Amino acid sequence: MTKFGEHWERGFRDLVTEAGVKALEDAGMSGAEISAGYVGTMAAGSLIGQEHTGALIADYMGLNPIPITRVEGACASGSLALRQGIMAVASGMHDVVVVGGVEKMTDLDTAEVSEILGGAGDQEWELFLGATFPALYAMMARRYMHDYGATEEMLASVAVKNHKHGSMNPLAQFQNEITIQEVLDSKMVSDPLKILDCSPLTDGAAAVVLAPLDIAKKYTDTPIEIVASAQASDTITLHNRDSITGVKAARIAAQAAYKQAGVSPSQIKVAEVHDCFTIAELMAIEDLGFFPKGKGGEASLNGETQIGAKIPINTSGGLKAAGHPVGATGIKQAVEIAWQLQGEAGKRQVSGADIGLSHNVGGSGATAVVHIYKRVN
Amino acid sequence: MKESIPLTWRKIPDRYRLLGSVCKNCNGYYFPARHICPKCRRKGKVDGYQFSGRGRVFSFTEIHAPPAGFEDQIPYVMAIVELAEGARCTAEIVDVLSKDVRIGDEVEMVFRKIQSHDPEGLIHYGFKFKKVKK
Repeated sequence: MTKFGEHWERGFRDLVTEAGVKALEDAGMSGAEISAGYVGTMAAGSLIGQEHTGALIADYMGLNPIPITRVEGACASGSLALRQGIMAVASGMHDVVVVGGVEKMTDLDTAEVSEILGGAGDQEWELFLGATFPALYAMMARRYMHDYGATEEMLASVAVKNHKHGSMNPLAQFQNEITIQEVLDSKMVSDPLKILDCSPLTDGAAAVVLAPLDIAKKYTDTPIEIVASAQASDTITLHNRDSITGVKAARIAAQAAYKQAGVSPSQIKVAEVHDCFTIAELMAIEDLGFFPKGKGGEASLNGETQIGAKIPINTSGGLKAAGHPVGATGIKQAVEIAWQLQGEAGKRQVSGADIGLSHNVGGSGATAVVHIYKRVN
Repeated sequence: MKESIPLTWRKIPDRYRLLGSVCKNCNGYYFPARHICPKCRRKGKVDGYQFSGRGRVFSFTEIHAPPAGFEDQIPYVMAIVELAEGARCTAEIVDVLSKDVRIGDEVEMVFRKIQSHDPEGLIHYGFKFKKVKK
């Protein structure tokens, strides 16, 4: 993957090419082995005016004439691409597949980008009427605090922990530590969410190479097996959900993934979850079964989600500190888990990590994707 | 996002009058309107439904970072309103700030200007809510 951040000097195709080449180099492949590709990008058409990004990437990666297909599921686009790649390999249609995610977000001003990201919700019945994307998560936060007695400090503790983890990730957008007080004192965006409760706008790309295990073993001594891939949908508008204090689609995807993998939440040693806002991480760690409903805030404030504690969450820094180049996020999560399971995560290495999980959410929860990964011994 | 004239025109009944759907098979109420009942699917009998416009605040937030077209309004309160019939919708609560609102507060629909993008262009109207005075 590329460094995540503000890449003023580089564009969409530069970023995706760098990530793709790094993935192939890491896999010890020339590129000739690849027979298909999938790429997740949420809003290239709006952010840089470029559609037809599959073809563009095939061209600039030097992969013509192999087919590259773009998939989109808002902030979950990367994990959708990963899932398409897994299905292509698992079905036997393709052997070696490259999967990427990319977003170039800083070529427009922040207000324009925010409006485009709002399209992850319901344009006609949420955004048009004056809601913003942070406002949807703020309403989830308000209701969560109301129903479970969670506090703004509990929300803030997620950002503090993710910045701490991000400080150990040389590819993270933010590598500075912050305090709970700094989060509480930061500028209000949509109450109770402040700017330091929100993930940033980021440029970046990430890529992975997928192959059947027998082929993968020819190229590496440390292949990672993807043992579950599950996706679920829910209503596009937040207001139509049964409950807004959790993400039902994520719970359904998680249950399906645990069943596929034959593992329980307590066996997961490291997880990358979708913390687009601090409240999202509290809901995620409950939806994934790491903590009981309503207890995520307390667990987070008590440090139970830090590296070395009960269940290390977002060792990369998460969306909050590593950055959130929307389409790239799901692939970055897979890369981080792969590095953790391979023992290559440097200062943020979780000791004994043998099973990992990624959780990627689109919009306010209309799409959720969960993958589970295992070290191959 | 700037909205086209035909799109706004199509939405007039729903936005001006809070017109949604009811499924006469399961008695489920929906807003915005749907053609298919998500519970009954093809067995459903979906018809138009005029909501009463009464409801309660299900959750809310005060927006300080506005989208384009709402810059002059900040801070303003957006909410999810649970309508008396059981369906919910997303709307602004007028004449209040966050400190004045509680989950469960009774509200009623009001007809207001939503946004306009240029002084000589289309003015978009629709539903908002205000607190019911006790």
